[in-house]
Amino acid sequence: MSDKNVLGLIFSNLHDESINDLTRRRTMGSVLFGGRYRLIDFPLSAMVNSGVGEVGVITKKNYQSLLDHLGNGREWDMSRKNGGLHLLPPFSHNQDGIYRGRLEALYGVWEFVMRSNADYILLSDCDIVANMEYDKIIDAHIASGADITAVYAKGNVRMDESHTATVFGVADNGQIADVLISPEMSGDSNISLNTYVIGKTLLKNIVMDAKPRNLVDFEKDVLQAKVSTLKLMGYEYTEYYSRISSMQSYFEANLALLNTENRRALFKADSPIYTKVRDNPPAKYGINASVKNSLIGDGCIVDGKVENCILFRGVKVGAGTSLKNCIIMQDTVIGKKCGLQNVITDKKVTITDGRLLTGSSRCPLFLAKESEI
Amino acid sequence: MYIKKECVAMLLAGGQGSRLYALTKDMAKPAVPFGGKYRLIDFPLSNCVNSGIDTVGVLTQYQPLVLHDYLGNGQPWDLDKMHGGVHALPPYQNINGASWYSGSANAIYQNISFIDRYNPTYVVVLSGDHVYKMDYNKMLECHKAKNADCTIPVLDVPLEEASRFGIMTANEEGFITKFEEKPKNPKSTLASMGIYIFNWDKLKKALIENENDPEQEKDFGKNIIPNMLADGNVMVAYPFDDYWKDVGTLDSLWDANMDLLNPNIPIDLYDPNWKMYSRNPVMPPQYIGEDAVIENSMVTDGCEIFGSVDFSVIFEGVKIGKGAKVNYSIIMPGTVIEDGADVEYAIVGENSVIGKNAKIGTDPTEFANRDDWGIAVVGHGITVAEGKTVSPKAIISENV
Repeated sequence: MSDKNVLGLIFSNLHDESINDLTRRRTMGSVLFGGRYRLIDFPLSAMVNSGVGEVGVITKKNYQSLLDHLGNGREWDMSRKNGGLHLLPPFSHNQDGIYRGRLEALYGVWEFVMRSNADYILLSDCDIVANMEYDKIIDAHIASGADITAVYAKGNVRMDESHTATVFGVADNGQIADVLISPEMSGDSNISLNTYVIGKTLLKNIVMDAKPRNLVDFEKDVLQAKVSTLKLMGYEYTEYYSRISSMQSYFEANLALLNTENRRALFKADSPIYTKVRDNPPAKYGINASVKNSLIGDGCIVDGKVENCILFRGVKVGAGTSLKNCIIMQDTVIGKKCGLQNVITDKKVTITDGRLLTGSSRCPLFLAKESEI
Repeated sequence: MYIKKECVAMLLAGGQGSRLYALTKDMAKPAVPFGGKYRLIDFPLSNCVNSGIDTVGVLTQYQPLVLHDYLGNGQPWDLDKMHGGVHALPPYQNINGASWYSGSANAIYQNISFIDRYNPTYVVVLSGDHVYKMDYNKMLECHKAKNADCTIPVLDVPLEEASRFGIMTANEEGFITKFEEKPKNPKSTLASMGIYIFNWDKLKKALIENENDPEQEKDFGKNIIPNMLADGNVMVAYPFDDYWKDVGTLDSLWDANMDLLNPNIPIDLYDPNWKMYSRNPVMPPQYIGEDAVIENSMVTDGCEIFGSVDFSVIFEGVKIGKGAKVNYSIIMPGTVIEDGADVEYAIVGENSVIGKNAKIGTDPTEFANRDDWGIAVVGHGITVAEGKTVSPKAIISENV
């Protein structure tokens, strides 16, 4: 637990465009993940578990599902008299609400930030699935005397995903020496996890300075532009994470949870991932059920064959149906004698008896919310 | 300032449930886990909420820690209310000293002031250990329509079982003419379900009279109901023909769990119009492993199943290791069944460990004399060491 006064700010809409199919009617933060979660549950729960007692969630558009999910923050234990969860919809912004980048968004919510007693601001997006110990990152930030600490992970970036990545050059002393935005590259690199710690006073100076200069982008106009004038420290994150930057990586990040080692690294007993409670009964398996290597949410009724799948809460799978490598979101009903392979269904999809649907692992077949096949 | 409530529910949850042995050693019967993610008290509490009753007093006495902790502020049942909500009512000390609840009627008697604060017209008295879904509001409508002073839901039971219940005789309009608690020679098959709606003024009078009569026990079935009938109150039998089970014994607890797996038995937990509420665990979805076999079972969040599971109810956070077999069993929250263990016809309590290759219970068909067989029971927090055997009918409350 951090004893420092820290304000968390979560950007729920950045990266929406990387998985357009899933963000057509919701924010990146409210994209469903891992059988019962929304992406925002990961940074928000980790903040709660790290002792960050006050969190603002910055929204831009399509945020109805996010408001519905978060409510007053009670399920994250963030319905508090002091601090707690604050939703910052665009009408609280100074301008018309449609910010163009992280800096402009910060300018829009600056009044809220000013009211907080926090000395440090922790910034996070919703494209990283991880259970970060932010208190360690904050302690490292303070110990190093950095102006800004940026969290990165050593990893392999694929050519088709590099356009969504920020990559750091990190010196031996841990200082960030180079910032590459959307580089056309592949291979081992220090990938930014879009998680930053910065002192409130410095952030204020940056935000106020950027406004009259029409600078809107934190990565480009701050990290990149000031790489030699500010002390930018890298914090290497070495534990389990996945980065959602495309439909394919979304698909892979979900299926990665079928690996027990990955799952145990993400869902730790002493730092649980919280989410909205739905009061589903237990999952029920019928006489014809055969389930292998799958994650099943509560409230599912399974009477078919399910292999390498993630079924969210309240999914029904009829007898004689076979599902392989599928992600089936909540309340989807799949009839009898269907065959689905490499399919992602959004919420409340209905698939009638006997349908055969096949995607590929590179390009899973996607069925939009409430569609009927 | 209290706002008047038309109806207040009083839930009797103080009983020990001694016939559940090891399972109620450290917790009251209403706190016993049931149905994969519930505790028994979730059924009457959810019924209250779904029936529009938002003020519930829960009378606790025996081992209340788990139960009080579970109830908390009532938020999981939407009973964290500004006016009303759920209130745990343990016995207390007053100016005349302290006294335990000496019976179901005395428990309500000692909380007359709690009920009076809401100035209700009706009081529903419920039991914390019944598994059923019932719209109390419909029963209240019937109570009002018949201008009753007391309405008692009744089940039609087989004659040979009738002597286990409070049995009543009613005329064609449902008015009760006779009531006998556990009669030796039952004259009717209408059995009281042990839950009641009263007009509060009539019940209050009966409770005070009962309390002031040292000759009488302090029990609803034995005293209050016969007294009120003798006093000429209008008593109505309200027929109930849906699923109802009193889970007072290990066998009935096991049966009631198995009923949830039987598609022909009408207790549907999946009805979106009658949700069963409970305190939800914060755990990831259940994982079913590569070599797992799972059929005819209910499994909850946080489980990791690597072995085989058939006809079983598995609560949250249970781990079932490779090669382990769980058949016809109930495994309560947080328990670990290690690799190769064999659990059949058993109830295993919370946070227990069944060691590698241990064997718990057996199939009844292996017994020539069925009376020698019974459900094997392992209590809460028990470790059964590697390779040990727990025979059928055994009840384990110490590590073996």
